[in-house]
Amino acid sequence: MDTILKVHNVSKTYQSAGRTLTVLENINFSVAKGSTLSLIGPSGSGKTTLLGLCAGLDSASTGTVELASIPLEKLSEDKRALVRNKHVGFIFQNFQLLPTLTALENVMVPMELRGSKNVKSLALELLDKVGLAARGHHYPVQLSGGEQQRVSLARAFSNQPDILFADEPTGNLDAETSEKIENLLFELNREAGTTLILVTHNPELAAKTGRIIRMKGGVLISDTNPETPNLQNHE
Amino acid sequence: MNENPRIPFSWLVTMAWRDSRRNRSRLLLFVSSIILGIAALVSIYSLSDVLKKEIDSQAAELLGADLELTTNKPFAPEMIKIADSLGNKRSEQRSFTSMVLFPSNGGTRLVQVNALGGDFPYYGELETEPVTAGRDFRKSKAAVVDQTLMLQFNVKPGDSVKVGNTSFVIAGSLSGAPGQTGIASSVAPVVYIPITYLEETGLQQKGSRITYKQYLQVNNPRKLETVMEDLRPRLNKENINFDTIESQKKDTARSFSDVTRFLSLVGFIALLMGCIGVASAIHIYVKEKISTIAVLRCLGAKSSHAFLIYLLQITVIGLIGSIIGAVLGTIIQQFLPALLKDFIPVDIHPGISWPSIGQGILLGLIISVLFALLPLISIRNISPLNALRISLQSESWKDPMKWLVYLLIIGFVLGFTRLLFDRWIQSFFFTAGLLISFLLLGLMARLLTWSVRRFFPSGWAYVWRQGLANLYRPNNQTAILIVTIGLGTALICTLFFIQEILINRVTRAAGANQPNMVLFDIQTAQREGIMDLTKANSLVMNGTVPIVNMRLESVNKITAATLEKDSTIKMWKGIFSREFRVTFRDSLTDSEKITTGKWNGVSSLLSIAEVSVEERFATQNSIKPGDTLLWNVQGTMLPTIVGSLREVDWNRVQTNFLVVFPKGVLEEAPQFHVLMTQVPDKETSARFQQAVVRQYPNVSIIDLGLILNVLDDILSKIGFIIRFMAAFCMVTGIVVLISSVLISKYQRIQESVLLRTLGASRRQIYIITAIEYFFLGALAAFTGIVLSLGGSWAMAHYIFETGFSPNWLPVIIVLFSVCALTVAIGLINSRFIVSRPPLEILRQEV
Repeated sequence: MDTILKVHNVSKTYQSAGRTLTVLENINFSVAKGSTLSLIGPSGSGKTTLLGLCAGLDSASTGTVELASIPLEKLSEDKRALVRNKHVGFIFQNFQLLPTLTALENVMVPMELRGSKNVKSLALELLDKVGLAARGHHYPVQLSGGEQQRVSLARAFSNQPDILFADEPTGNLDAETSEKIENLLFELNREAGTTLILVTHNPELAAKTGRIIRMKGGVLISDTNPETPNLQNHE
Repeated sequence: MNENPRIPFSWLVTMAWRDSRRNRSRLLLFVSSIILGIAALVSIYSLSDVLKKEIDSQAAELLGADLELTTNKPFAPEMIKIADSLGNKRSEQRSFTSMVLFPSNGGTRLVQVNALGGDFPYYGELETEPVTAGRDFRKSKAAVVDQTLMLQFNVKPGDSVKVGNTSFVIAGSLSGAPGQTGIASSVAPVVYIPITYLEETGLQQKGSRITYKQYLQVNNPRKLETVMEDLRPRLNKENINFDTIESQKKDTARSFSDVTRFLSLVGFIALLMGCIGVASAIHIYVKEKISTIAVLRCLGAKSSHAFLIYLLQITVIGLIGSIIGAVLGTIIQQFLPALLKDFIPVDIHPGISWPSIGQGILLGLIISVLFALLPLISIRNISPLNALRISLQSESWKDPMKWLVYLLIIGFVLGFTRLLFDRWIQSFFFTAGLLISFLLLGLMARLLTWSVRRFFPSGWAYVWRQGLANLYRPNNQTAILIVTIGLGTALICTLFFIQEILINRVTRAAGANQPNMVLFDIQTAQREGIMDLTKANSLVMNGTVPIVNMRLESVNKITAATLEKDSTIKMWKGIFSREFRVTFRDSLTDSEKITTGKWNGVSSLLSIAEVSVEERFATQNSIKPGDTLLWNVQGTMLPTIVGSLREVDWNRVQTNFLVVFPKGVLEEAPQFHVLMTQVPDKETSARFQQAVVRQYPNVSIIDLGLILNVLDDILSKIGFIIRFMAAFCMVTGIVVLISSVLISKYQRIQESVLLRTLGASRRQIYIITAIEYFFLGALAAFTGIVLSLGGSWAMAHYIFETGFSPNWLPVIIVLFSVCALTVAIGLINSRFIVSRPPLEILRQEV
């Protein structure tokens, strides 16, 4: 099976008030193309930081991250932006729709950035898939939380990413809406054959993924289905 | 990663448009700060442009003739011959200052008498009421008199005016003459009389200070410039100056370019203040956009794309602001000629100046983008990680782009002011002064925030703590408000102080126990009589002072010709053409002190006389003790040696001189005398003046009380124009204040609504706001006043060379007004929050 993401010996440290703060320490794992994976752990365990590094939003202090066979640490921030546009999709806990753009325009942006053709009809198609075709001209502020997250899903899939990163995708939603969003997320993911990495506190949501990595204090403490032989198990 | 899809510019434009949707009114508010600065500049540029065109089209009327020849001695017959060979029409005018008397009411006044012969003016008219008076007065023993003077002395056409020994019937009132401004006529009102009666007045005597003019209408005006260049050496030799329509045009345009430069500078300061407002507003705007930019970066936008999206927004909004400013400036320009009419010698027909509009818009665009770049470049450093969690991003002082923008701004200010001043040194000092003012005001803001933090009154009531904490909490407006309000206050106060310094200087000169009346042009034969008359009127006096008119022929053998050829000689260009009025005596007065050399009060006929020269004049012209000065005393050459240099207190009302001769040299030279006295009141002054004019009509009188009134009038007119322009700075300051307060509304709205939700009363919100803005207004106004006191003291000390004791009452009024205005704007802004339900506001603003 092809590997879409390789994380090798990754550490992340920050300087704070003259002291070195280690947020991630010696992380190793890899993810197979088309698989689904959850990163779980308590607050402050380093899940979101690791997600940021894997998605190329930040660079590691030491170690390497290879996304779609591209070593990210060698790239400038602008080059990483190109990688994100071509290979990555995002879903955020607080939806992160651009407030001044309509739902339709929000979905169009990643395709416009790629220079794709027929972006409007493609975006409408995606909005239709998430059940919001009729709300395309509404601004985020005019949509409910669930609707905003559905637009966010449509946007995440609009550039046909190889890998989708979701940070607490249902963290701001009620149980009923959460379930609908989860179902939609997995359905779209299956259809597109995208790799899904999600960060969550929710064990039920994590259980829906094929693999679960637990984190605590900046290190991996368990992996239900390790694909790398040198994973350090601290339990 | 070779695939690099090129983002089309149109997408950036679309994104800029989309992103601006919910912010357009705010963006317009940001840019409103520059509107008034642009308006001020466009109005001044337009005025300057229109003025230039009017001077061009009315140049002939400015001079009234093709050629004007001027000298201070009668024209030699061969000069008249040359003049006649140039033109087909010639007029002669002799001008001098003299007292006139209106017999109908006994009123007297020092005026400029123009004795005119011929058909002058050949272009334009002597504007009189009745219209025919300007031509007809030459046919009989009649005069035309300045209309303001006629109003002051309540005389009408048909009454008479006595000039010297002769009475003239007033043919009409004079409202305008070629090249004459309203201000000039208020300093020395003009009375025209026919030249044929000049002799009869008895005012043309040996030693009288008369300016002789010949006005010509020439046969071939096109060749005039070339002909005059050929004649220049000959005319120089005869001490004859000439003016052509072309040179008059240049002189007039030059003098007004100085005025428009100064006014442009005031407009530019308003624009700079506005730009600081723009930079501050954009800074906050960018902070609010961090999460949008981070999401765009997550989706694959490059940092340059994000930067360009916002740069495009600012450029368009800057353009709109500049266009609005240009329209406003063009409207204001329609009213400026009315304000400046007393200073302008041409009629101005307001019009639209497209080059000025273009210049203003371009300037507005460049400067708004330049200042907005400071916060905009930080967009490049916004991490996409902010989409996951907002992290505090510290300002990076190491960013070389930031320093480049600072350099560009300083370079732009230097370059722009260089265009205004024409000299780098002035431009450098202006920029440095501005920079120091900004830094000082910025420092005060820092000091305030530091002090409030350091000495925070934890035990005080909640509203006080909250109001004070607002001064230093994140996103506070302390620095921007203190800089803009402080600078506006400093500018207004400085203008006020300068006006006060000038008025005080003259008031002091005309104060109690100081001579307040000067009688001059007293002939030697009249000395005793005038002194007796003064004593008879019980007036104090200290004898008379003799004055001899002379010119410098050479300084250490350097002549006018040498000076013209050699530009390395450090000497004032006009030193050989000016007329020196010197005195001779055997002792120094109490306003003089020898600083170098030795004063010798008596000269023997056998040796070369040693003169004493005023120290500053000597330094400016590289004159030292031991140098040789050759004088032309009305035709007789007189060599002298500089014996000493003197320091002179020019502020004292007494006869002070650049050059003093010892006794024993000039006694036989043609001379007149000056007498200074002190009159106790207006009635005595009028009675004494009437008596002098009746008995000694050639003697002129300067009444310092009258001069003070005239100066006050001029200064209040100039002051009005300056205040009008400074108002742009003040109003810009207020606009920046309003927009800063409104911007801070967006920052504070969440917490204010939260406070309301938690039960804060309307009164408490008002008190918190009032406390915050009172401290801001008070500190800004205080710092501005301190800056202006420093600047005004320096100007008083180094430029006007006088003491500086400011009038504190207006200063206190300014301090309180600025505080009140700042608090009022803050409170009006809070009304929005306290008068509506919290949820409604949150829904609108989210």
